[in-house]
Amino acid sequence: MQGRARLHAWLMLAPAMLLLVAFTHYPAVATLWHSFFSTPRGARPSRFVGAANYAALAEDPVFWQAMWNNLIYALGTVPLSVGLALAMALWVNGKLRGRAALRMAYFTPTVLPMIAVANLWLFFYTPDYGLLDRITGALLGWGPTNWIGSRETALGAMMAIAVWKEAGFFMIFYLAALQAIPPVLHEAAAVEGASRARVFWRVTLPLLGPTTLFIVVNAVINSFRLVDHIIVMTHGGPDNATALLLTYIYDAGFRFWDTALASAATVVLLLLLGLLAAVQFLLLGRRTHYR
Amino acid sequence: MSAAIAPALPAETRAMPRLGTVLETAAAWLLGLVWVAPLLYAVWAAFHPTGYATRFDLTAPLTLANFVAAWNAAPFAQYFLNTVLLVSFVLAGQFVLCTLAAFVFARSASRLMGLLFALVLVQLMIMPDMLIVENYRTMRALGLVDSILGIGLPYVASGFGIFLLRQAFRQVPRELEEAARVEGCGTLAILLRVYVPLARPTYLAYGLTSVSYHWNNFLWPLVITNTVEVRPVTVGLAVFASTDQGIDWAIISAATLLSAAPLLLAFLLFQRQFVQSFMRAGIR
Repeated sequence: MQGRARLHAWLMLAPAMLLLVAFTHYPAVATLWHSFFSTPRGARPSRFVGAANYAALAEDPVFWQAMWNNLIYALGTVPLSVGLALAMALWVNGKLRGRAALRMAYFTPTVLPMIAVANLWLFFYTPDYGLLDRITGALLGWGPTNWIGSRETALGAMMAIAVWKEAGFFMIFYLAALQAIPPVLHEAAAVEGASRARVFWRVTLPLLGPTTLFIVVNAVINSFRLVDHIIVMTHGGPDNATALLLTYIYDAGFRFWDTALASAATVVLLLLLGLLAAVQFLLLGRRTHYR
Repeated sequence: MSAAIAPALPAETRAMPRLGTVLETAAAWLLGLVWVAPLLYAVWAAFHPTGYATRFDLTAPLTLANFVAAWNAAPFAQYFLNTVLLVSFVLAGQFVLCTLAAFVFARSASRLMGLLFALVLVQLMIMPDMLIVENYRTMRALGLVDSILGIGLPYVASGFGIFLLRQAFRQVPRELEEAARVEGCGTLAILLRVYVPLARPTYLAYGLTSVSYHWNNFLWPLVITNTVEVRPVTVGLAVFASTDQGIDWAIISAATLLSAAPLLLAFLLFQRQFVQSFMRAGIR
């Protein structure tokens, strides 16, 4: 009987584990393996080249530009989207007028495809005719600006879209966490005569700590993953100003068909994610210890 | 409690709103306005003749011609069919495989199972979205390039789904399972008659997040498809908007709204369920 139950368990587990290994674990390992071989071209088969692909990466200024851009992209979008998400959640959870409508407004970008979003914003950013130029023209008297066509503003324009798309999604997690805080705590603080700001800093925010960590980790993952709008709006341009790590991988692998270089770049991406996982683990570990 | 009572009070007895509250409300509404502005702008452009796309005039005539033009300019019916097939295949596969795996993980506490479960959780960090180069190689070897199966297969065994369902299954009291066993139920019957019905809210939550993820997914479908017969709506829309560089904003807006419409309408109709489902899926 015991043996049969065990067999059943393995049979139930097998399909999911098989696919999981085939499309997550195997490719992660195979990427590393393939990053040490050259790209097969025509009659020349793939051969072992050691660290040559990594050397090529290190010598490619576009790769460094993409890494640098990705750092700026993460440093810009993560704090902004998480901060806005918290503000939204506090507003929607409070006694604000029309909070149901507001919650809907904040959350709507979450259900839109990134490609549709890209089209909406392309229109928004159009020089001269676009809504943004009209607003800056009317309020600040600025002339037409080519928001996604000039090096200075393109990455910022892409970051604004990512923040717009994500903040409402992260708001939901904060909302769930806020509703899980026992009202007794706020009542006790009110009895003590604590101001709203004090309650927020001393009671609400510490209780939101684990949620914030979870959201920040997801926001960082998204800063590597969310590139759909960049691929259709700027193709990483102008002059690589909006190239990120994943757009670099996409270009190397599927536009120049240099799969070896793409594999090496993917390994860099996986290492960064591994680092993120380690940081998360350490922070979580300390937190539970603290408790 | 107090929130429920407050609206019942006559308006006069309520304290005058403080300046801070007024400012906060204004800020919240301004942000809300900014958040819906791109969408409203597209709605404006899509429902008015082309000339009004960049000209705001409340007397502008309304029209559906842009939607008709967009629908006829690209094989959107085929794209929608592909997306529906893709989303159904992924969701059905995820429900079956994740249920089976989560059931085993929820009831076993052995070291080996703990290790396997940790391997499952790896996918929360390293998603198939990032392994496009290697997964493309695999799909080519399997002959699945440019097929619905090829788009969906990497996502069917979802680490997130297994994790969520395992959490839900662990809440099920053991007594229920023992009672069912006494009644003569086998393992599979226990899963289907006891565990699955009790986890229904989790299935709804996971289903909604999964459908919106795969309806909206772009990069992997872009890489793995090359023909109209297989492309989902997102890739179709991107192809449409990039080839029609004559940029007729009204028609592109209409196409954009078309592609987003099914999810958007579902969201507007079942707003509460959507938000609560995403909330439930987010609680870990």
